[in-house]
Amino acid sequence: MRVIQFREALREAMNEEMRRDESVFLMGEEVAEYNGAYKVSQGMLDEFGAKRIIDTPIAELGFAGIGVGAAMNGLRPIIEFMTFNFSLVAIDQVINSAAKTLAMSAGQYGSPIVFRGPTGNAGQLGAQHSQNFENWYANTPGLKVVVPANPHDAKGLLKSSIRDNDPVIFMESEMMYGDKGEVPEEEYLIPLGVADVKRQGTDVTVVSFGKILKVAQQAAEELEKEGISVEIIDLRTVRPIDYAAIVKSVKKTNRLVIVEEAWPLASIATDITYNVQRHAFDYLDAPIRRVNSMDVPLSYAPTLIEAVLPNVKRTIEAIKSVTYVS
Amino acid sequence: MSDAKNTAKTAAKTTTKKPVRKTAAKSTAKKTTTKKTSFSKETYMKWYEDMQLMRKFEEKAGQLYGQQKIRGFCHLYIGQEACVAGAVSALTKDDKWITAYRDHAHPLGLGTSPNAVMAELYGKETGCSKGKGGSMHMFDKEVNFMGGHGIVGAQVPMGAGIGFAEKYNETGNLCICYMGDGAVRQGAIHEAFNMAMLWKIPVIFVIENNGYAMGTSVSRTSNVIDLSTLGESYDMPSEGVDAMSVEAVHEAVARAADRARSGEGPTLLEFRTYRYKGHSMSDPAKYRTREEVNTYRKKDPIEQVKDVILKKKYASQEDLDKIDAGIKEKVEASVKFAEESDFPDASEAFKDIYKQEDYPFIMD
Repeated sequence: MRVIQFREALREAMNEEMRRDESVFLMGEEVAEYNGAYKVSQGMLDEFGAKRIIDTPIAELGFAGIGVGAAMNGLRPIIEFMTFNFSLVAIDQVINSAAKTLAMSAGQYGSPIVFRGPTGNAGQLGAQHSQNFENWYANTPGLKVVVPANPHDAKGLLKSSIRDNDPVIFMESEMMYGDKGEVPEEEYLIPLGVADVKRQGTDVTVVSFGKILKVAQQAAEELEKEGISVEIIDLRTVRPIDYAAIVKSVKKTNRLVIVEEAWPLASIATDITYNVQRHAFDYLDAPIRRVNSMDVPLSYAPTLIEAVLPNVKRTIEAIKSVTYVS
Repeated sequence: MSDAKNTAKTAAKTTTKKPVRKTAAKSTAKKTTTKKTSFSKETYMKWYEDMQLMRKFEEKAGQLYGQQKIRGFCHLYIGQEACVAGAVSALTKDDKWITAYRDHAHPLGLGTSPNAVMAELYGKETGCSKGKGGSMHMFDKEVNFMGGHGIVGAQVPMGAGIGFAEKYNETGNLCICYMGDGAVRQGAIHEAFNMAMLWKIPVIFVIENNGYAMGTSVSRTSNVIDLSTLGESYDMPSEGVDAMSVEAVHEAVARAADRARSGEGPTLLEFRTYRYKGHSMSDPAKYRTREEVNTYRKKDPIEQVKDVILKKKYASQEDLDKIDAGIKEKVEASVKFAEESDFPDASEAFKDIYKQEDYPFIMD
């Protein structure tokens, strides 16, 4: 199968959906003439023109709101945030408008919109450019939240997100845009809300999503050498969460570790922990462990990043603690 | 708050004389050298009926709030009726409407049944938002009323987006987007003004300036108190309008609509209006004097229309009394309808949250 970059997979998804549906357009900072801050939208202005690939001023709240209004009135906007750190100045339009119009209007006006862009740490960018808000958005009914971990999933999930009739938050990573992976030439869609078992195992279940999934995968490879068999579940979507897939795996392995880049309090990991103790309590042979970012803002210095982000070492420690291996 | 002229005649003249300001005047001076429109008997009669319906409906809503039949927050439109009635007559049925939470009169003016609006205030399943919206979130797709929004100023970028879609689809329709004088101090509106003007979006931004953002007067919120100048930074054509005069409102909206439909983009209209009641039902409005309220009552928009109707003999006082009685009946009927309707079934809590019908809500 051919191999393409993560950013190319995203671009293909948008190109295909824009060719398929005239009502889809892309709007954001530097998406058109600059070809995208991270070159995701490279060449799209040439193909679709300025009517459908639209550069905005630096005004996230304003263009997020314009996107919601356009969605209520029949279009399917893709709104790009240069990073989700900047989505916070637009969060009113995401939470109070996009997630609410269908409910408040009792079904009369929906908001079929995709807000997409990178999330999380991207390498020594300091505290304001290194945050994860997947759990913030996932908390809000009315939204769907997608966090792909590889080019194949990115393409299939983004196509589904653009076609989805509900508002979707689609979170990528600057550090993944150059990742390469196998992506079929032929068209495919991946449904939202369905987790993917990335690796079969018998001793412990590790749940993760997004770019930090790689940490879980590396830990699993290390532990295989020591005879510990790790099953890895990639959530792919954190609203809705495929709880059934997690519970099924835990019933097999009887142990669970969650690896997540966000801060620990009220995180996706915490939510999964509740769900598993509620629905698989009798199957658990050890307390559930989570590996999140430490409970502090991320600093610039590499030593401080190493001390704060989830890493292979901490993940291995957590897995060993639930499997009672020292 | 600017002191607009009293009668319709002088108001129209004022608007013609000072149509737009500075930068805006450059681009629109030609367009605004308007002839004074002469309105038909039918238009005056419709204005009278529409505005009386809004007034009587809101008076009833106020009473019912006192009786705790209507709960939550409740913001009445009494005094501001011309802001809606004059725009309805100047626009087409395909144009889209959006506003903030003082939103009972907009759907009424567009033709939503008073039954559906009253039932919504009661939280009943027969309401125009099935009892899910309440006073602040009226919606009616049938008449292109797109809400009813509760975060001050947030509806302004949304209104620009609604207009964006009309332009994108080349429909020739526009969006009229209302906001209060409080909203103009929100950052969101300035971002929306800028992009709407940059992209020539067919949208009419209307500031319903009733003088007070809740209890804070316009002059206490900024050094810039002439709100019609707020479009200047974006070269947006702007007008101050005596919005106690429904004729002046109609003419200003018609000019803005022409501009929008001919591809020139947005217009900012400052409707100088007044609310006779407090900000919401819990507001005794002690921040203003009785004299101030009475000044505005003297140029009441409904009384102005009534004067024209009687003077031009479009109808007699008896005819108007008959209309009033009919409106009273309609309002009473809406109360009966709301009273007799059911609250939504508990199962409705999980409907209309997602378009996806089998969305897996967390139940435990």
